Amino acid sequence: MISLIINGKSHKVDVTPDVPLLWVIREYLKLTGTKYGCGIGMCGSCTVHIDGKAQRSCQISAGDAQGKKITTIEGIPEDHPVKKAWIKEQVPQCGYCQPGQIMQAIAFISEKPDPTDEEIVSAMNGNLCRCGTYPYIKSAIKLAARGGK
Amino acid sequence: MKKTITRREFLKKSMTGAGLAIAVMATPSGFKILSAEEVRKEPPSFSPSVWLHITPDNLVTIVVNKSEMGQGVYTSLPMVLADELDADWKQVRLKVAPADKKYNDPAWGRQLTGGSTSIKHMCQPLRIAGAAAREMLMKAAAEAWSVAEDRCEVRKGVVEYAAGKKQLSFGKLVSRASRLPVPQSPSLKKESMFTFIGMPMARLDIPDKTNGRAKYGIDTFVPNMLYAVLSRPPSYGAKPLSFDKDAAIKIRGVHSVVAIPRGVAVCADTVDAAWKGRDALNVRWDKGVDPNLSNETLDKAFTADLAKKGLIGKSSGDFQKAFEKAATRHEMIFDLPYLYHATMEPMNCTASVRKDRCEIWVPTQFQTAVLGLTEKETGLKPEQISVHTTYLGGGFGRRSEVDVVEEAVQISKVIGKPVKVLWKREEDVKNGFYRPGTSTKAAGGLDEKGRLVAWFHRIVCPSIFSRAMPAAMKNNIDPAAMDCLSDLEYEVPNLEVEYVRIDTPVPVGFWRSVGASHNGFTIESFVDEMAHLAKKDPLEFRLGLLKGRKRASRVLETVAEKAGWSKPVRKGEGRGISWVLAFGTYVAQVAEVSVDKKSGSIRVHRVVCAVDCGPVVNPAILTAQMRGGIIMGLSAALKERMNFSKGGVESSNFDDYPLIRMNEVPEIEVHIIKSTDAQSGAGEPGLPPIAPAVANAVFNATGIRIRNLPMLPDRVKEAMGKA
Ligand code: FES
Ligand code: FES
Repeated sequence: MISLIINGKSHKVDVTPDVPLLWVIREYLKLTGTKYGCGIGMCGSCTVHIDGKAQRSCQISAGDAQGKKITTIEGIPEDHPVKKAWIKEQVPQCGYCQPGQIMQAIAFISEKPDPTDEEIVSAMNGNLCRCGTYPYIKSAIKLAARGGK
Repeated sequence: MKKTITRREFLKKSMTGAGLAIAVMATPSGFKILSAEEVRKEPPSFSPSVWLHITPDNLVTIVVNKSEMGQGVYTSLPMVLADELDADWKQVRLKVAPADKKYNDPAWGRQLTGGSTSIKHMCQPLRIAGAAAREMLMKAAAEAWSVAEDRCEVRKGVVEYAAGKKQLSFGKLVSRASRLPVPQSPSLKKESMFTFIGMPMARLDIPDKTNGRAKYGIDTFVPNMLYAVLSRPPSYGAKPLSFDKDAAIKIRGVHSVVAIPRGVAVCADTVDAAWKGRDALNVRWDKGVDPNLSNETLDKAFTADLAKKGLIGKSSGDFQKAFEKAATRHEMIFDLPYLYHATMEPMNCTASVRKDRCEIWVPTQFQTAVLGLTEKETGLKPEQISVHTTYLGGGFGRRSEVDVVEEAVQISKVIGKPVKVLWKREEDVKNGFYRPGTSTKAAGGLDEKGRLVAWFHRIVCPSIFSRAMPAAMKNNIDPAAMDCLSDLEYEVPNLEVEYVRIDTPVPVGFWRSVGASHNGFTIESFVDEMAHLAKKDPLEFRLGLLKGRKRASRVLETVAEKAGWSKPVRKGEGRGISWVLAFGTYVAQVAEVSVDKKSGSIRVHRVVCAVDCGPVVNPAILTAQMRGGIIMGLSAALKERMNFSKGGVESSNFDDYPLIRMNEVPEIEVHIIKSTDAQSGAGEPGLPPIAPAVANAVFNATGIRIRNLPMLPDRVKEAMGKA
């Protein structure tokens, strides 16, 4: 048994501790907002917050995530400024990479509330988007950083 | 998941008098509009394609028969109907059509999303459905009030009389309206009356996609389902010699091992158990059909075929004679790689096959093929099969294939339980239907005045259509290999286009913009080289070959003006131009680049794009599609190439098949041309012009011609070293 604290709720899961956190979140707990893209830390689709930091959930085992505060896209309030900016800027296309992008962006903005373009690029560069929504992601981050104005 | 409704449910709901239902059917003599009652009476062959249902709860439900893969059809298609209906955008809901020939694309007779056709094929029937329902609602209101119909108006889902003296909502009118005859030629709005069409309406799918609620195929859960993962042949055509079934079964949670034609499947309660089981299987494979297949053997084969005479795809005048007589002659060879779709959601499918029923959940572009395959595999009838189309985490043509559906159906049929087949990224990279690799030889001749008088274009290309849709092959010529060539707009007196079909074990398929993705590059690179040879401005040279081609000239002139073509480039930078006609849409682009002389790496600073796709439904979505197409095209131009070795695919994941990231994405400006010409699509045409625009800009910056893609730094550096 593994116990995980996700979005403020604690979960007991019958899974071996070596299974990546991503699969426990998605396939065991059915919090499917967190996505699988590559499994090797190259795409960022699986990004969640662990103790407030953006982390690739495919790169940490469920065992190692025990006792930590995990937040997924479902745990971010709908009126969060970053989510609101995402809607205002109409970022998603297929949408598959977007939960990961949003989780990455939220952690980044909380550390750098007034980012430069270069800082945005370096913070977001690990997140792939095959639909090419990058320009929209950039604008949404700037909008959120400006407090939605 | 978006709830899909079956035809039966739909009819039941509408037959019980609960609202007004409208269907539209394409017939040879135009569209026929029908009520639910009439649909019921029609013979089974009948195939209406649009369903509209307005219910007493005042909701307008539009059944969408196209798959949402990011291109915005879940918004743009409802917009078109809602506009003619004069609905309130807030009352509009959509239902995803199940796989059923009732929902076939009227132009294709198939339920398929592709070829940038959704708007082109669906706009008219959707408008008609909306307009017909609007007329019925008006008539119903006039009857209810005993007033003249022409004093009634519809505004935001409400019918009004005498400028608002009396008002009734759609919901209140539907029961009366549903008893009226369905008008057969409702009048459609003039452009000036549009309320949604042409407006950047917010996408209906974005709130769900922003909150992690959108359900993709991979998010499917069905009671009692097992996970199925496959051990797959490492080289093309390899068959399993042996595998250790017992070792796999011993893993806790593993339920069964099933050999199917595409590999050996392990089914388990959990996905991790399935993977552990697969590792334990230890499958030994034979060598496959071509154990030596590699980049080198493929290159050799393409090069050898480039020397062969091909089938004539298009010709005019006498190329050979004109070429011999030409004042200046120039020949060039282009080599382009196989490319991977890289949908961010890997292939997956959930299937539940029972004796008398089958249910499938799949992110698919091609419902008709899913249905056909399932009928064949299960022996069930279409009415016993339900296909739920989920959101697609990217499509780009890859999801018009049904390979993963075949796997899920076969496995579920054997084990008698629902299964979710899940591919890891590595499987997705290695088991694709790739954009064909190509080799192209082009030759051009100029007369003394620098006019292009002779053009030869021979393309060596594997055939997509001979496998995917053999009926579309024309005299053994694959129409995809002839994209941009068969409908070449450049006017050249002596032209010869040849096609050499090459067959390799590597499967090929439709990749966003299909043949335009390679031919757009070779044509626009060729023309640019000839312009330079003729000592003419590349824009002027093109315009000179496009006399009387209004739309092509207009996109080129627009992009040139917006990009400041006539002004000098910044020091150290180069500027390139190109344009491509693909799927009826004209797109021109100008790229501004600089090249790092030391590393050979190309930096694209700015891209200006002009697009003419006829009347625009949603300019925001169009712009996003142009940007997305440019970024995917740039990714391919700069970075992407499938690698092969040891008889199979060597590339495996995003570490060795890199995609473009935010740091390499330029500023992109999109200018939409106000056009009343034929309406066409937006999903694909933004992609092809970017590679040649960048290559032409690199030439402008460095004097180096890059004819092989991708434009990797090493290649650029090497070329600069030689110059
Ligand atoms: S799935 Fe974790 S980084 Fe790609
Ligand atoms: S929106 Fe499709 S991958 Fe990013």
